[in-house]
Amino acid sequence: MRMDLDIAQAPATRSPLPAPDPLGPAAGWALALAAAGAAGLVLWWLPAVAAGGTPGLATPWVEQLGISLAFRMDGLGMLFALLITGFAAAIAVYAGGYLKGHPHLGRFFVYLAAFTAAMLGLVLADDLILLFVFWELTTITSFLLVGFEHGSAKARRNAWQALLVTGAGGLALLAGLVLLGMAAGTMRISEIVAMEGLTADPLYPAILALLLLGAFTKSAQIPFHFWLPNAMAAPTPVSAFLHSATMVKAGVYLVARLHPALSGTEVWMWSLSIVGAATMLMAGLLAIRQTDLKLALAYTSVMALGSLMMFLGSAATVAIAAAVTFLLVHALYKAALFLVVGSIDHGTGTRELARLGGLWRTMPLTSAAAVLAAGSMAGFPPFLGFIGKELKYEGALAIAEEPWPLATAAVLSNALMVGLTLVLILRVVFGRPGNTPRTPHEVSPRLWLPPLLLAALGLLCGIAPDLVGASLVQPAVTAILGRPEVVALKLWHGVNLPLLMSVATVLIGVGVFVLHRPLAAALARVPAVADRLWDGLMDGIMRGFSALTAAMQPGSLRVYLGASFLALALPPLAWLALGGGILPLLQPSVTPDLAAIGAAVLASAGAVLAAAAKRRMTAIGGLGAVGAGIAMLFTIYGAPDVAITQLLADVLLVVMIAAVMVHLPDLTGRRTSRLRDGAIAICVGLAVMLLTLAATGPAFDRSVADAMAALSVPEAHGRNIVNVILVDFRALDTFGEIVVVGIAAVAALALIRLRPAPAAPANRENTP
Amino acid sequence: MTTPILKAAARILVALMLVVSLYLLLRGHNEPGGGFIGGLIASAAFALLAISHGAETARRALRLDPVEILALGLAAALGAGLVAALAGEAPFTGLWLFLGADGGGKGLPISTVLVFDIGVWLVVLGSVSALVLALEEKA
Repeated sequence: MRMDLDIAQAPATRSPLPAPDPLGPAAGWALALAAAGAAGLVLWWLPAVAAGGTPGLATPWVEQLGISLAFRMDGLGMLFALLITGFAAAIAVYAGGYLKGHPHLGRFFVYLAAFTAAMLGLVLADDLILLFVFWELTTITSFLLVGFEHGSAKARRNAWQALLVTGAGGLALLAGLVLLGMAAGTMRISEIVAMEGLTADPLYPAILALLLLGAFTKSAQIPFHFWLPNAMAAPTPVSAFLHSATMVKAGVYLVARLHPALSGTEVWMWSLSIVGAATMLMAGLLAIRQTDLKLALAYTSVMALGSLMMFLGSAATVAIAAAVTFLLVHALYKAALFLVVGSIDHGTGTRELARLGGLWRTMPLTSAAAVLAAGSMAGFPPFLGFIGKELKYEGALAIAEEPWPLATAAVLSNALMVGLTLVLILRVVFGRPGNTPRTPHEVSPRLWLPPLLLAALGLLCGIAPDLVGASLVQPAVTAILGRPEVVALKLWHGVNLPLLMSVATVLIGVGVFVLHRPLAAALARVPAVADRLWDGLMDGIMRGFSALTAAMQPGSLRVYLGASFLALALPPLAWLALGGGILPLLQPSVTPDLAAIGAAVLASAGAVLAAAAKRRMTAIGGLGAVGAGIAMLFTIYGAPDVAITQLLADVLLVVMIAAVMVHLPDLTGRRTSRLRDGAIAICVGLAVMLLTLAATGPAFDRSVADAMAALSVPEAHGRNIVNVILVDFRALDTFGEIVVVGIAAVAALALIRLRPAPAAPANRENTP
Repeated sequence: MTTPILKAAARILVALMLVVSLYLLLRGHNEPGGGFIGGLIASAAFALLAISHGAETARRALRLDPVEILALGLAAALGAGLVAALAGEAPFTGLWLFLGADGGGKGLPISTVLVFDIGVWLVVLGSVSALVLALEEKA
């Protein structure tokens, strides 16, 4: 709502560029400092966690359901927490430069801070429901960040798509988590992962299917991959942070987190490795065909997520070590590359591959970051990416009895990465100078320093893998497998099969680079099926509900009233007819006296008059007679309060009708519509009469009525039992009723005060 | 419709109706009457005033906007219900105070249910008057 208002106000204030947010830069530095502090805190815990400790805290939340605010940091949580906080600090610094002068800078950092907190909560939560809450919070904050440039229809559409796809997956996840909690008998994750035998639970297939649905949508696996590249509508720092390094890995995190409890079955292994491998290969091909550098990177993120899923399908130590190492590698180089692309966009005004070239002369520091990060992406030695890639091949060979299909898929997708890296290094960084909208110039330190630092970390960890091996990777592997593991990262493994596969990868990658243009052109001819299906689905939903709304809300008061009255009459009639039958109800239970018969005749005559009247005044008179007759009946049978209310309501009704009389059309309904209305009226009358007879029939239980009559004077100090019930025994009901009366009056008042639209004379007949 | 006879009669009738309305409201707990009925009679009184002297006069006589009367009534009814909650009873339990009660007589009964009924009276008066006056002005 607020966002739309901003758009609407922009033209009114006649200022094309709203004033920059004065507090925005300060918010950015505050977030950077807070995140860096949190990262320091995680590092402070690191030795304890690496030694096998699990610091945590828990307070009860919803005790009846066994839900607690429980947090716990093990090796896996620590790895993610360090990535999240460290990246948040780098991204906050970068974004302050990237979005400098943006009118909503402060808002941006609030969203970013909220996301960081939610993500941190997600990876540290030790309760299934708590994890879900944070999961949804990351979805919502991601929606806000993707749609940050809310003036653009594309950004709004893509934010919406990301929200709906991951939100739908979130619903499945919730169901899966609840089932898991039921099967395990506890909501605490640390207790669940220590359990044996959950895979034999009858609920296991349902749990696994629902959880994987949540994980696959969040981590953009086939066939839900399409939202992630579209989410690149977000500002580039957001893409680097959420849609590459952290949030999209939440699905991977979930699978890794529950790995000890749920893995080891055929269905676990095959679903993860097939979906992961398919995603990996397809995203690699889609990345090649992109002309926008940022989109190409987006697809390589999808590829990385696919390979992570694939490795998590296995329970082999080396496969899990490959997953964890690659997760770290990928986060470092991919975030750096995204930031580099953002800087290139800033410095040259374009992200189109065809227009970029030779940036090393004009943007040397950004280019250095690009080369360092891309080298890690391609898996060249001595980068951490090389270690990651060797481990990937070793891991792929260790999965399953038939490792070759997966290993081949890994080689092919890595070769595509090599090709893309060569394009980036040899064309964009070196190569001939391109034709850019702006004259390329180096960006400010806030824009080149964070990517350079991240990329340099990738190099440093490659040269000295012990920095991360025992402290980060090993504890995470231990946590995922649920058993103590020793993982040693080495740059040089000797001449073995993975090294040969690496050589093959580079050779194919060079081929991809040489053939890049024809390959991209050929791949560009494949239509984007998933995105089109999505649009079709959305259109279908909108059209379906438009049709439904049009059918349910025709705008004619007659149809509304007729439908309401039929809904009131038909179910009771059907129920009575199918139940005890209608005939027994018609046995006279009281002998009416002459006065009652007279009153009934008066009311009936009034009803017939009102129905048959040709003029409105006559009809109102008839209705008045009905009211009077009924009031007489109430008096005869000892309900003076009701009788008085009935009469007074009649009086006021006449006053109101008299006031609007001149505005009402003549009673010129067609014969058929009169017959139809009459039939509905008779149905309603019959239903109410029979229901009353059934309710007060021989089985009428007087105990409540008698108790109220007996208690009226001693308990409520009142002799008028109707009033005592209204204001004392059933005061809460009465309160609800007067609230309804008030709301109805205010709503009617609003309708009266609306200026009546100049109705076309032809339509007047239809609006009685 | 605004004949001199109606105008003259309305002056007396409106006053009488308002007295009767209050009478029915206060006696309602023991005899036929109560907030609903009293509120309807008061509404009828102001409707009569609006018909005979114009909606503007009726609005001035009401002092408050009908919707404000309505809101006031809801607040009174809710407040009456919450008094019991504050006193530690279930909400909407009737609490009674018999002023000047001695061995013989019960004294003057003051109760939360009376406040509640006054709330009902105000809601009915506010709701019906809001509609009647708006319709009269529209006509």
